Amino acid sequence: MVYSFPEEVLEYVFAFLSSDKDRNAVSLVCKSWYEIERWCRRRVFIGNCYAVSPQIMIRRFPEVRAVKIKGKPHFADFNLVPERWGAYVYPWISAMARSYPWLEEIKLKRMVVTDESLELISKSFKNFKVLSLSSCEGFTTDGLSSIAANCRNLRELDLRESEVEDLSGHWLSHFPDNFTSLVSLNMSCLGSEVSFSALERLISRCPNLKTLWLNRAVPVEKLASLLRRAPQLVEFGTGACSTEIRTDIFSNLVEAFSGCKHLKSLSGFWDVVPAYLPAMYSVCSRITKLNLSYATVQSPDLVELISQCSNLKCLWVLDYIEDAGLKALSSYCKDLQELRVFPSDPYSAEPNVSLTEQGLVTVSAGCPKLQSVLYFCRQMSNAALIAIARNRPNLIRFRLCIIEPQAPDYLTLEPLDTGFGAIVEHCKELRRLSLSGLLTDRVFEYIGTHAKKLEMLSLAFAGDSDLGLHHVLSGCESLRKLEIRDCPFGDRALLANAAKLETMRSLWMSSCSVSYGACKLLGQKMPNLNVEVIDERGPPDSRPESISVEKLYVYRTVAGPRADKPDFVWTMDEDGALRFS
Amino acid sequence: MRSTMIDFEKTELRLGLPGAGGGGNEGETSRNSSGKRGFSETVDLKLNLNSNSSDGNQVEDMKQKNIIPASADSAKPPTKAQVVGWPPVRSFRKNILAVQKDTTTTDVNKSGGSHMAFVKVSVDGAPYLRKVDLKIYKSYQQLYDALSKMFSSFTIGNCGSQGLKDFMNESKLIDLLNGSDCVPTYEDKDGDWMLVGDVPWEMFVDSCKRIRIMKGSEAIGLAPRTVQRCKNRC
Repeated sequence: MVYSFPEEVLEYVFAFLSSDKDRNAVSLVCKSWYEIERWCRRRVFIGNCYAVSPQIMIRRFPEVRAVKIKGKPHFADFNLVPERWGAYVYPWISAMARSYPWLEEIKLKRMVVTDESLELISKSFKNFKVLSLSSCEGFTTDGLSSIAANCRNLRELDLRESEVEDLSGHWLSHFPDNFTSLVSLNMSCLGSEVSFSALERLISRCPNLKTLWLNRAVPVEKLASLLRRAPQLVEFGTGACSTEIRTDIFSNLVEAFSGCKHLKSLSGFWDVVPAYLPAMYSVCSRITKLNLSYATVQSPDLVELISQCSNLKCLWVLDYIEDAGLKALSSYCKDLQELRVFPSDPYSAEPNVSLTEQGLVTVSAGCPKLQSVLYFCRQMSNAALIAIARNRPNLIRFRLCIIEPQAPDYLTLEPLDTGFGAIVEHCKELRRLSLSGLLTDRVFEYIGTHAKKLEMLSLAFAGDSDLGLHHVLSGCESLRKLEIRDCPFGDRALLANAAKLETMRSLWMSSCSVSYGACKLLGQKMPNLNVEVIDERGPPDSRPESISVEKLYVYRTVAGPRADKPDFVWTMDEDGALRFS
Repeated sequence: MRSTMIDFEKTELRLGLPGAGGGGNEGETSRNSSGKRGFSETVDLKLNLNSNSSDGNQVEDMKQKNIIPASADSAKPPTKAQVVGWPPVRSFRKNILAVQKDTTTTDVNKSGGSHMAFVKVSVDGAPYLRKVDLKIYKSYQQLYDALSKMFSSFTIGNCGSQGLKDFMNESKLIDLLNGSDCVPTYEDKDGDWMLVGDVPWEMFVDSCKRIRIMKGSEAIGLAPRTVQRCKNRC
């Protein structure tokens, strides 16, 4: 018996499915569901721009309105991926310009975006609304001018953490006088000063503006004027706050902030003079996110501010906060979910602040909702890690960076295996983990045994042998991304677990012990993987096969070997021969 | 060194410990898993792994990549600055801190490093200024004594050694501040003019850029806080 709902009904029902996983599942039910679903999919997320081609995406999903694409591997953030490696967005824009005239949203992360791409975006999509460029590079402020001038319905322009060639601040003045649709603007990564009057006028005529992250060049004495024009702001990032404090500036700021009844998130504070911080006290009780990671302010001043933020859910701060400040945090901010502590002086040999493992232990004890941690420190112990694990079994993300590579437990001088073992054993929902310190293969045995929900693992200077890597690849069922640097992992574990790599998004290994021969073999045996060797010493063929490659990036793909490789990247191909781009 | 690679099928079936059978890189199998392994061993791994290879330039090439320490034979771990991408801090965060550090460094250089803290001292009405090294004093009292001696030759009303000493005396403080007597003030790192004596001595030495001994009537604006502090202190 053939029984089915009319297509329209199914389409209507499918529209309620927002998660990609659900939509993918629905597509697998039967051919007709696959067909119906693909015509009504509006949002596509591509976790690796080389896993699929624009043509394949367009062929399957003809009516997309929003795309999100990620490019370079995460370790590109730390300069481990050489320049010109790839992740160019232009081919995607050019294909979508032809096939998605109604495209509204483009969100990119770690991609190379040119002014040409930005101009094409601004001219191709009449209803374009959202442009988010996170950690991108390759464009100048001229590209921003195109966007500002041509995207009449733009709602969001977010440039967070991108590297922009800043030719001038003039781009902002390209927003037309009748442009009023802006909801979100993040220009915090830009250096040049924009025309302040243009900024004021822009803000005044955009009544729906909810998010405004200024750049450093906007001085503190100008903030009050902006805030007065946008009291409806929910997220606000200041510029530099280093102007010598004056009573008139201060009192204007107090008044302006007190008018902002909806502020939930604050950021900026470059070079902030501590005396300015009290100007924000009136909004502190509503603040849920506070980014003080550019504020080089000492612990007592930080505590003064934080102690007023009883609803704080997310805090990013420098290690100036010290253990004492974290103790205060743990007593005032019982709703805290995410904590990131960044190092103020990562390259000095000696600690410059009194921040130790104790601070993190205290927060783990005092903040019952803590689930996400990024912590840089100079000493750690197994005892502390075990305490953290016992205190906070609800941790989802745990990224610990002990600044000295291979630092042991400072109390016992042992490896930190048992400490991290406790983390994975107690925190059963752990999805992301970064390890540091002295670690043997044992920690990987613990991880393989317990970390069943782990999706992303970052390793550096850890382990003894292939057994470590084998534990991870064979044990971590949910693993999607694995990034490894300077670990003694080599061919055996990789080849023994080759099939695992097809279930993951990607594997990065640099300064490890994977031989060129093993890479070739992997490429031969696994046609659905791109096995890319990155080696700036010249063609791997010119060296014996047993020589370790500098860097290896392996990812699953349906698009075949990529065509845009630079001269230092080689794809290990099916027939064993090298292919150049 | 084997010229053929690991037999893939065999590797799939055997998942034993390294060294349990043939195959595999000698580099891995020779390692024990005792746990403690110095950083230099990791580094040596990269250098010795292909010791049978004829590529003598590998070490040189790797040095140029700034991945390994300058001395391959040394057991000392490399300094952090030599390890690319470690600690994992984004470059826009590094730049912010570098700027801050530069500012602090120049301040230190201006005051001649950590051993000296020379600051200019001006007294209202005096024909010329003096310079004192704050580091040679251990307390406000010592500073006042020294300043008194320095400026004792000037006749500026009650601004002599007794006048400054009276500053420390609470009962005379209000008279001092209300009258034409003098009050020591200083300019701090933020450029603000502060009343001397509020903060702990060490903090004062770190933040003081210059000292000005004002006439009391001019210093009235700073008075109320100090009176309160004195009351709290005593």
